[in-house]
Amino acid sequence: MSNILILGATSAIAKHTTRLFAADEHNLYLVARNKDKLTSMKQDMLVRGATSVNIESLDLSDDNNHVELIKRATDTMGSIDTVLVAYGTLGNQKESEKNYANTLKELQINCLSVISLLTLLANQFEQQGSGTIAVISSPSGDRGRQSNYIYGTAKGALTIFLQGLRNRLAKSKVHVLTIKPGFVDTPMTKDFKKGLLWVSPEVISKGIYNAIKKKREVAYLPFFWRYIMLIIKSIPEKIFKYLSL
Amino acid sequence: MKKYQSWGRYPKIDKDKQDVYHVYPDSFSFPDTNEDAADAPLFLAYGQGRSYGDVCLNEDGILLDTQHLDHFIEYDKEKGILRCEAGVTFENILQLIIPHNWFLPVTPGTKYVSVGGAIANDVHGKNHHKAGTFGRYILKFELLRSNGDRLICSPTENTELFNATIGGLGLTGLINWVEFSLKKIPGSNIEQETIRFNNLKEFYSLSDESDKDWEYTVAWIDCLATGDELGRGLFIRGNHCEAKKKHKFKTSKLSIPFDAPGFLLNKYTVNAFNQLYFKRPIKQFSVVDYDPFFYPLDAIAHWNRLYGKRGFMQYQCLIPTEHREAAMNEMLTIISESGQASFLSVLKEFGDIESPGLLSFPRKGTTLALDFPNRGQKTLDLLNTLDTITLKYNGSVYPAKDARMSPDSFAQYYPNWKEFESFIDPHFSSSFKRRVSPSQKK
Repeated sequence: MSNILILGATSAIAKHTTRLFAADEHNLYLVARNKDKLTSMKQDMLVRGATSVNIESLDLSDDNNHVELIKRATDTMGSIDTVLVAYGTLGNQKESEKNYANTLKELQINCLSVISLLTLLANQFEQQGSGTIAVISSPSGDRGRQSNYIYGTAKGALTIFLQGLRNRLAKSKVHVLTIKPGFVDTPMTKDFKKGLLWVSPEVISKGIYNAIKKKREVAYLPFFWRYIMLIIKSIPEKIFKYLSL
Repeated sequence: MKKYQSWGRYPKIDKDKQDVYHVYPDSFSFPDTNEDAADAPLFLAYGQGRSYGDVCLNEDGILLDTQHLDHFIEYDKEKGILRCEAGVTFENILQLIIPHNWFLPVTPGTKYVSVGGAIANDVHGKNHHKAGTFGRYILKFELLRSNGDRLICSPTENTELFNATIGGLGLTGLINWVEFSLKKIPGSNIEQETIRFNNLKEFYSLSDESDKDWEYTVAWIDCLATGDELGRGLFIRGNHCEAKKKHKFKTSKLSIPFDAPGFLLNKYTVNAFNQLYFKRPIKQFSVVDYDPFFYPLDAIAHWNRLYGKRGFMQYQCLIPTEHREAAMNEMLTIISESGQASFLSVLKEFGDIESPGLLSFPRKGTTLALDFPNRGQKTLDLLNTLDTITLKYNGSVYPAKDARMSPDSFAQYYPNWKEFESFIDPHFSSSFKRRVSPSQKK
């Protein structure tokens, strides 16, 4: 039994991953904005076997909330063994191209606020000499493309931050997992046309659950995205700049 | 974008003619509408889209997708009582309860149905003769009406609305959550017997003899057999039993990736299949896992694509016991003469346990379920002919599987409809409702 903190708990991917943890009888601390969704999620997790479930409604994009949050979660559960960071927005690329304020907002939500949280958690985990930090990044951070490079910038920076963190925390036996889900059919992507590569959040959640258990470093989900991105990354910039990706 | 269609994929509704709202726990409220306005929107809950015809469709209206109402609320492991939101599927429930030796009190032939849908269609299963319908196990539910009322309905509270909602085809409002009782089982296995029968008469004697000692009974029949072999098939009966190993939950690996050509299932291919299936060596007695016993078709995702892109039509009727031999003889003769082959033909004796549901389909008698690839008018004509037989013998047809019955037939099958109408939410409707009860605009 361990103590798990889920940030952005009501997102479709986080909800299904948390269900898998609940069945393993862990203590859960769930954070998201929407109180109603958190309340029904709490009951659901208790039915599925969670030993205890605490919920907190909070805007995670605001750095000012972070110190107190980590303290409350630690005090409530006794310690934090695993954290899953799963919040974020897809943003509006076109809007950001016109308006830097919008870009800054996207970077704050998807990257800077996460780095703020991870700074606190990394120090705590380093001190306790154990723990798992699992963060949902994105294959979009692997290469900048005109269709979503603002989101890609945030996720790319996050991926590099996690690489560094992994390197730093390896000797403290802290596990750092970078999760890169491909196309997932969730409320966040409800307006997209869905094709063959799309999978359900349940599929991604099983991948995350297994990657945490097996202490993997980087998990492309499903696995084939590793190869898709390998190809995308290998196209020379001279050609890539003319592609409409 | 998710496709909002029924399992039979007939009728088809243009994407632009059906709006979709997503319902989330506790936060859903209906838009303010003036009831009398001519353009007031009409709602209908949509769960898993596993009904076959148009009871889950709402052309020119708004579907309320309940996929996010997927939370458990309370589970009493000692007493076997579960409360969950209406979008939770039978598959989700089985994963939760099987490890504690509980089972669904009643289950249809697929586990991919939502609890809300199971109530709206008051589903039945292979244990109808012992257990009745799913509606009998509902302790209470919360119904959200379009005026914003959240009503707790149970056999003792808002009783009339409770009875109207069970089998009420989603027309009485949106079911938010449900509490129902589970069934204790010795383990996750089924001891099963498969017995070949050569005609309808043998089916009836097998069925009557099995009713007492077997919890589950059902028969597959070869609808193309004629003469002395009319109604031949395989009788399957089973009881729950202990399992030595823990049940492993697997997701189906096989999938029909795209539409098969429409001619795939014709009388020649079906006949060849039936011959082989009927005559294959069968193991009379075996112990099997509950999943393949109850849900053989769930092993193949998107099996409805086998019928081609025009989809298929189901026909499930009930014939009261006193007319069962005559009616089944007439129906099976007409079907085998029509040359339109039903790939999956199922025969089952219902028992006399009544459902609280005002519009429930099952009652004492024989039920025959058939499916036909959609060949347009030819198929409609055949089903209309079957309707004349059902009507003649005071039977009825299951709305959950229907896409074509006439308003006149419906009125005769469901005399309670008049009483039921007063419980319909003024802002709820469905394509089915408008088809079978066209007198009013809504």
